[in-house]
Amino acid sequence: MNGDANPDADLPKISLSVRDLTVSYGDKRALGPVSMEIAEKHVTALIGPSGCGKSTFLRSLNRMNDLVLGCRVQGEVHLDGQAIYGPGVDPVEVRRRVGMVFQKSNPFPKTIFDNVAYGLRIGGLKDRSEIAGRVERALGQAALWDEVKDRLGESAMGLSGGQQQRLCIARALAVEPGVLLMDEPASALDPIATAHIEELIHELARDYTVVIVTHNMQQAARVSDYTAFFYMGDMVEFATTDTIFTHPSQPRTEDYVTGRFG
Amino acid sequence: MKRRGRRAGDVALSLGTGLAAALVLLIVVVILGDVVYNGAPRMTLTFLTQAPRDGMTAGGIFPAIFGTVALVVLMTLAVLPAGVATAIYLSEYANPGSRLTRMVRVAVNNLAGVPSIVFGLFGLGFFVQFVGAGIDRTLYGGQRVFGQPALVWAALTMAVLTLPVVIVATEEALAAVPRDLRLASAALGASRLQTIVRVVLPQALPGILTGAILAISRGAGEVAPILFTGVAYFLPKLPGSLHDQFMQLGYHVYVLATQSPDVDATRPILYATVLVLLLLTFALNATAVVVRSHMRRRFAGASS
Amino acid sequence: MSERQSTHQPGRVVPVGLASAMRPTPPPLGPPPVQPNGRESHGRAARPRLASRRPTLHALAEAAIRVLAFSSIAAVILIFVFIAKEAWPLFHDSAIWKEVTLAKMWFAQQWPGYDAPEYIWQPVSEVPKYAVWPLVVGTLKVTLIAMLVAVPLGVGTALFVSQYAGRRLREIIKPTVELLAGIPSVVLGFFALMVMATWLQHALGLDSRLNALVAGVALSFAIIPVVFTVSEEAFGAVPRSYVEASTALGAARWQTIVRVVIPAAGPGVAAGIALGLGRAVGETMIVLMASGNAAILSASPADSVRTVSATIAAELAEVVFGGAHYSVLFFLGVLLFAFTLATNLLGEFAIGRMKRRLGGLA
Repeated sequence: MNGDANPDADLPKISLSVRDLTVSYGDKRALGPVSMEIAEKHVTALIGPSGCGKSTFLRSLNRMNDLVLGCRVQGEVHLDGQAIYGPGVDPVEVRRRVGMVFQKSNPFPKTIFDNVAYGLRIGGLKDRSEIAGRVERALGQAALWDEVKDRLGESAMGLSGGQQQRLCIARALAVEPGVLLMDEPASALDPIATAHIEELIHELARDYTVVIVTHNMQQAARVSDYTAFFYMGDMVEFATTDTIFTHPSQPRTEDYVTGRFG
Repeated sequence: MKRRGRRAGDVALSLGTGLAAALVLLIVVVILGDVVYNGAPRMTLTFLTQAPRDGMTAGGIFPAIFGTVALVVLMTLAVLPAGVATAIYLSEYANPGSRLTRMVRVAVNNLAGVPSIVFGLFGLGFFVQFVGAGIDRTLYGGQRVFGQPALVWAALTMAVLTLPVVIVATEEALAAVPRDLRLASAALGASRLQTIVRVVLPQALPGILTGAILAISRGAGEVAPILFTGVAYFLPKLPGSLHDQFMQLGYHVYVLATQSPDVDATRPILYATVLVLLLLTFALNATAVVVRSHMRRRFAGASS
Repeated sequence: MSERQSTHQPGRVVPVGLASAMRPTPPPLGPPPVQPNGRESHGRAARPRLASRRPTLHALAEAAIRVLAFSSIAAVILIFVFIAKEAWPLFHDSAIWKEVTLAKMWFAQQWPGYDAPEYIWQPVSEVPKYAVWPLVVGTLKVTLIAMLVAVPLGVGTALFVSQYAGRRLREIIKPTVELLAGIPSVVLGFFALMVMATWLQHALGLDSRLNALVAGVALSFAIIPVVFTVSEEAFGAVPRSYVEASTALGAARWQTIVRVVIPAAGPGVAAGIALGLGRAVGETMIVLMASGNAAILSASPADSVRTVSATIAAELAEVVFGGAHYSVLFFLGVLLFAFTLATNLLGEFAIGRMKRRLGGLA
């Protein structure tokens, strides 16, 4: 393996580090224990059949599982070296650093501008020109600026499905998190809109760490650098995307990627 | 079954139920018609803006209108913050499965069915004689200021009466806000309070307003709770402070109808007062209906 | 990387097209660091801490919400407690027992100047008398008359609206019933007193102008909307599939309604009746104005009556704070309270049953 021969500086830096993460609802174990690293400024895909725990894993990275009643999280997750489940840690702060885009786009029934500015305003930013600047930048990063720059004051509900999803991405990016989590971001979209989103992910990985859950294997292969395969609450295999799809080491991984089930 | 028997059965049932519906319509038409017919002639601008004269046989009912408005305003100031806060607490902060939350909901729902006279009992015994007397002892050295029927006590009694209405309407409005939006807000790093204030409440506002207006309309029409907590039949001047008594439209109707020394002379005033009261409650109810349909239109747009 | 080409072993097939679609392989991740807090594993300068930095305004606002919520909840509980507390002396205060006891309230008493023991309610007199039965019977009479009128009219109208009426008729009837619901009870009492009492007296030739019949009919006007609204919802909740099945079996319209729709909506209609009953018993202004307010114990609807609620309303103004009369009136309040609580719970229970029955299909 190349890693042994090269100095550490060639290895991707680690953005999120997960150690023995276990998530249970009541006394039912839903996920884990899982250990893995998320590489900074790369795209990591989480694949697996329905109910395998990949979305639960994703939600553990920004403490959204806290909002599910009866959910217990054990183990450690470190963001840039700091434990996000440690004592004295405010989940609200964690979510400012780790953004999320949902499967079904959920823009607020406000104007396009107010949607993107939302995260900034709740963070306490008051300077109007700075807000406007960051909104423009975020919409640009989400490849939506040109389409909406003349109608920022219109309701976000008037946008198409694909546009709404890109708006949600822009909204998450405006806060400038280091990490962006995406839970099946294109599953509710048509193929053209999906292609736009995939291109976008490619661009975003230049500046952000992206973790994406997808049930579409071809999509995972197209967009990600690293892939983790989940099955029935366990992470079966984690390696470079290339490895997972061409010579996976686990038979179950191979069965899944060759379409034998799932 | 023979065709004739069948048709007879259908005809009988449809006629029977149709008759019921017709009777109900008739009742409404007769009552409203009678009130409008007898009350409209007297409903002039002077009637609405002047004080009563000559033992309620002449003049207007402005003090009763003023008193009703004052009562309702104070009641709303008390019940809206408390009711909305309670609903917010129950649906956004409290643990939904806990026994306490469930018990509170049961208590609130059952309070809604309690007879209004019982609230009058509570108002007299608790507000007037307990709190009021206590205030008199500590702040006024035993002088009777608050320890007697007063505007503030009647308003608070009405507030307790309408509290369940506001709580239930607000909770329904909060629950109608899609969970998606709350999740999106949380994922952007908003605290629970920020999500409530910036996302949930604006969406729920029409529903909350509907509940508020319904409460107000009840407050304008109910008489039993204020009988011993502050209302009076004739006062020489308008209430100037919280511990004054006040006149009220519904109570005025009650006294005029049952205790008027000269029924024929006060008849026109009585009918006109009833008309004013009806117009007021109907205006409020109509506003609630308008707000409710506006809310439906809003949500229809949001889900597309 | 040479590994990409050397894969083909029996049984291992790469999905078609995937090889060409894949991105250039990134470097594999190094061995997991043992201590994930070392500087060698993270890529940017240490970020600011993840501790909470919420402004005090937040905390104040949340505290305000809690305070308001708790005081409302306290008020709700307080009502139950306070009414009972003021009635409590009746059960233990010997000073009050000189004037009235529970026994004296529920059993016929022998009063001076009367031939036989009687039930008399006359608290304001030289010899105060506190028999509760005249009041209870009065309440029952008025309530019964009100329900006898309101239930057929309310349920009938609901049935008509849900099964027979076209859209136009529905849009006339429903708002009209809401209009009726919006009429304050003092107005209904006024109408009964000024108009209906005279009509009925002329029509039926009754002795007392204000009696149980007048009050009962006026009371029914207040109950009809309650029964209508809940029943109409219940009829509307009956699944179309029930109706279609019955029609397909050859039943006439009226047979479907009587044998399928009404039974299915039964619990809901029962709930409406229960809620209406609670409302009828607790209603004050209508009876205060139209029932004649004479505590007569009789079976005839043509006699004046006094109901429990009207008694409280009429007598509380003059009563001595803390005295026997005062405690008895609060006791009557407890009775009302308990009764409406029971009918409410019954109604909720019935609605719950209806939802469960029809919930899977509706």
